[in-house]
Amino acid sequence: MALAYVQTAAPAVRRAFVSRLLEDERWLALALFLPTVVILGLFIAYPFVEGVLLAVTDAKVGVPGHFVGLNNFEKLWNDSIFRTAVWNTFWYTGVTTVFKLALGLWLALLLNRHFKGKAITRAFVLLPFIIPTVLSTFAWKWMFDPTFSVINWTLYRLGLIHGRINWLSDPDLAMISVIIVNIWRGVPFYAISLLAGLQTINPELQEAAAIDGARPWQRFWHVTWPLLLPVTMVVVLFSVIQTFADFQLVYVLTGGGPANATHLFATYAYQVGIGAGLLSEGAAISLAMFPVLLIVVVIQLLYIRRVETH
Amino acid sequence: MERLDRRSFIKLSGGVITTAMGGMAGILASGRAPAHAQVTTLHWLRWNDFVPASDQLLRKEITAECEKALGVKLNVETINANDIQARVTSAIQSGSGPDIVCVLNNWAQLYGESLVDVSDIADEIGKAQGGFYETSRAVANDGKKWIALPWSIVGLQIAYRKSWFAEIGYTDGKFPQTWQEYRDAGKKLKAKNRPIGQTLGHTFGDAPAFAYPYLWSWGGKEVEADGKTVVLNSPATVESVKFMVAFWKDAHDEGGLAWDDTNNNRAFLSGTCCATLNGASIYIEALRKPESYMTETGAHLKDDILHAPLPQGQGGQFSYHVPFSNMLMSYSKNRDLGKKFLRWIHSREVFDKWFVSQKGFSVGPTTEWEKHKLWNDDPIMLPYKQAARTGRFAGYEGPSTRKAAEVVTKYIIIDMYAKAVQGIPAEEAVKWAHNELVKIYTA
Repeated sequence: MALAYVQTAAPAVRRAFVSRLLEDERWLALALFLPTVVILGLFIAYPFVEGVLLAVTDAKVGVPGHFVGLNNFEKLWNDSIFRTAVWNTFWYTGVTTVFKLALGLWLALLLNRHFKGKAITRAFVLLPFIIPTVLSTFAWKWMFDPTFSVINWTLYRLGLIHGRINWLSDPDLAMISVIIVNIWRGVPFYAISLLAGLQTINPELQEAAAIDGARPWQRFWHVTWPLLLPVTMVVVLFSVIQTFADFQLVYVLTGGGPANATHLFATYAYQVGIGAGLLSEGAAISLAMFPVLLIVVVIQLLYIRRVETH
Repeated sequence: MERLDRRSFIKLSGGVITTAMGGMAGILASGRAPAHAQVTTLHWLRWNDFVPASDQLLRKEITAECEKALGVKLNVETINANDIQARVTSAIQSGSGPDIVCVLNNWAQLYGESLVDVSDIADEIGKAQGGFYETSRAVANDGKKWIALPWSIVGLQIAYRKSWFAEIGYTDGKFPQTWQEYRDAGKKLKAKNRPIGQTLGHTFGDAPAFAYPYLWSWGGKEVEADGKTVVLNSPATVESVKFMVAFWKDAHDEGGLAWDDTNNNRAFLSGTCCATLNGASIYIEALRKPESYMTETGAHLKDDILHAPLPQGQGGQFSYHVPFSNMLMSYSKNRDLGKKFLRWIHSREVFDKWFVSQKGFSVGPTTEWEKHKLWNDDPIMLPYKQAARTGRFAGYEGPSTRKAAEVVTKYIIIDMYAKAVQGIPAEEAVKWAHNELVKIYTA
């Protein structure tokens, strides 16, 4: 009987101890924080550290490798394909971000109005974002197909072109094609996120400005835009990070070609690391993205904080 | 009926329970499942074959026979050939994945340290089946041992439209013999909206199979016989690039820069190109569905297809056929079984079934398969029969090492031509490629 008492009392004592511990805010905070730390550590920090360690070795697939310092980064410095990939990545991210923001904002403002079929329109707008990227990019690949392009066919039938446009064979057109698909896919994310931001703006502010004689453009510029700015900055931040590190779209559409003309950081890292089996060089290419992304994140977060403080 | 009293019943049932318990205890103690549940699964990763019937054969008939002959459950997984390297890399790095991977080209050289030595089986098969082709040896042997077992070679020939070439003077199935003749013919046909279809894109088969022999036929090569001295930047290479730029503009479908290995099949079958370097898959498909593929005159397309080797240049006439080899992964827990399986599947009797299903799309890895009666079935396929004999491989004039494989995987030779076609001066394109090769060969 006494034994049974001890056996049942022990967990109770433990529970009481845990409860007392969690009443202390510091311990509670730690307990709540721990799962996030573990997840971030396992899935973000560990691969990152592994990537850094790999980048300073000469490891190849199946061969552990030795420490070589910054040799891999030095190689990249002299690598013309890497330079093309860097230029492409900045160009790709810059152009798509501007277009996605402009079109997304325009769409969000339209969707924020009251009209018949608003709900279904909003659902349709999200479609490009919902469809898996690989799937939708394959559809685009068919549309840009050198021989069977439906875009060419349409333009030809409309009398707008007389010859074939080689969308994916010409280096400039291939880059434009990749940019078009990224914009198509990214606009819904901007539109829906900015729409959510627009809906948090009190309509009375617009009405007050209208009563004071502000025109639509003035109302947008002096009332809507300043209030939407923090949300916009966060959306742009996420989008820039995603676009800068984009892989699947380019991989499916052009594979980095023609003749490396559309390689981004990620696709080139893949070709070198996974294709050629030069894991350390692939890791170095991936890692070269990090300082750029870090600067972007820091600037934007500082800006967001400043906007919020004001 | 015999009477069963209570005591006997307890004795009997006790015995049954004891036996059962003993069996269970035995299983637990040995840590092994009973014999009837001990069918080991062997995972074989391959490409999606351009002859789908062969994949069906492997999945059904061969899998069933394998279980019967070896007691092994065969799991045949097929994926896009361009994705195989990613799978191999992740499998090697994680130490788990397919037991056997069938790779293309000289990819096996990239993974030499992670593969089981299969020299014993290769020697056995080579001896028994007439000796391996040079291409098979170059890609699966690292100079000391066999790191993979040559499986097959997809012969590459130019598939061309007999009637269209006849219209410009190549009657009776004749085909241009030199690059200049081919360019002139292509120019005439392109003027009729029937260009030559050729990829210079980042794709595993048709692109290297065209660019490498084209380079060799002009007298260009990557390295000297020492396998170290890069000699790509030579007058012969520059000349080949200059010719290619004009050849491309005059005679080719300019969309080919973005083609993969499937685009030319579609283009040829839909009648938008007059000739293309390819395995026999175009002809086999036209043969398989004669009513689906017709010429502009309403005839069956299959009757208007002929095959010819790549033309010759001032340096000779060469070809590059795409070899396949089976790698037994050293992380596999079924290495012995893997060897047993390889010996079985490569044996004459079993391989024959697969070989026949290919209808000539693949030739065997050894010369013996040239004697197969399959070659008597269709004269259109005859150019493939001995195609592998003229094959050179990437890395020429040196051995086809890991470095040569890196050059193939980075598409440097192909990009050299593609860059020039895009407008970069020939000398610059060659210089760029030469420097890339130097970086690889001196690393």
